[in-house]
Amino acid sequence: MPHIRLPEGIPGILGPMAFSPATAKPINELAEVLLRGPNTLSPGEREMIAAYVSSENDCFFCATVHGAVAAHHLGGNETLIQEMKRNFEASGVSDKMKALLAVAGKVQKGGKHVTSEDIQRARQKGATDKEIHDTVLIAAMFCMCNRYVDGLATWAPADPAMYRENGKRLAQEGYVHSTDHLPVNAGD
Amino acid sequence: MPHIRLPEGVPGILGPMSTSPETTKPLLELAEVLLRGPNTLSSAEREMIATYVSAQNDCTFCQLSHGASAAEHLGGDYKLIEQLKENFQTAPISDKLKALLVIAGEVQKGGKHVTEKDVERARKQGATDKEIHDTVLIAAAFCMFNRYVDGLATWQPENPEAYREMGKMLASQGYVRAGAQRPSAAVAK
Repeated sequence: MPHIRLPEGIPGILGPMAFSPATAKPINELAEVLLRGPNTLSPGEREMIAAYVSSENDCFFCATVHGAVAAHHLGGNETLIQEMKRNFEASGVSDKMKALLAVAGKVQKGGKHVTSEDIQRARQKGATDKEIHDTVLIAAMFCMCNRYVDGLATWAPADPAMYRENGKRLAQEGYVHSTDHLPVNAGD
Repeated sequence: MPHIRLPEGVPGILGPMSTSPETTKPLLELAEVLLRGPNTLSSAEREMIATYVSAQNDCTFCQLSHGASAAEHLGGDYKLIEQLKENFQTAPISDKLKALLVIAGEVQKGGKHVTEKDVERARKQGATDKEIHDTVLIAAAFCMFNRYVDGLATWQPENPEAYREMGKMLASQGYVRAGAQRPSAAVAK
């Protein structure tokens, strides 16, 4: 049961966002620019970083939603996403992505865990300053979102179909208007 | 040395922010509404939550800049901030804030560490749903900011004195307006 009164039947982060639209707005804008803005990393790659960090933080809702978004961007390749979460070094992602996921994994533990060797490896595989910056910020952002979702003990449905649906919608329509349909709660 | 090329002499989060205006805008808006928006928790209390979490995450820049902001909101009470970081349970702050700091401390470890008992205790001290929501989100947001600042190995002055001007500016003008100014003006070297 959630730690505060949230609207019934609204999953994961959407409950708290309905509760607090004023903070939902900048969080959605950050997600939009970070995960879908113009970038040399594809949206699929960026959503992979989000899904990986969420999986490391053991946040089922975030890991599953963003895994579904990533899969949709990659033409429905759910297997790759599962492999990536389980063991990205042995998965079919690019060498550059492996290096960036290693950086993201360090950020998940704590900022100071990122070493110059981690960065060096990413650079050797062609990662640019911006790609490194964005990887760190995506990882950091999901350390926020995962704590928001689990810190309030929100409800996460078990049905994979719901996530597939939402993954497709987010991949196609993005984050900025993703909470427009939610009831406005007495949270402000 | 920072992990990416950042402008010289620009401290902490301001360096990465200057290289990425599109992500900086929503980050500053989030800070502004969370720490300074209309709220039954004062800005000082909310900055104290941010400072405490940043200290738990061992992030120098964040704990000193937000500590300064909290202190300046309280007319320059830097001593209280030291007491807060040292042991908030014995600091001269309200029982409600202590209960909220316990929640913030659990969020810092991970969302699932927050127990019903922690929340119950906060409610007993008068915390509302919104205050609990905001405490969790402030703690979560600083787990993001701390990782952004340290994950890129930004340059961070160690001397707390260097953060006074920044604290005064954050307390009086806030985040969105501060972000519009020259970042290097904000911290004394």
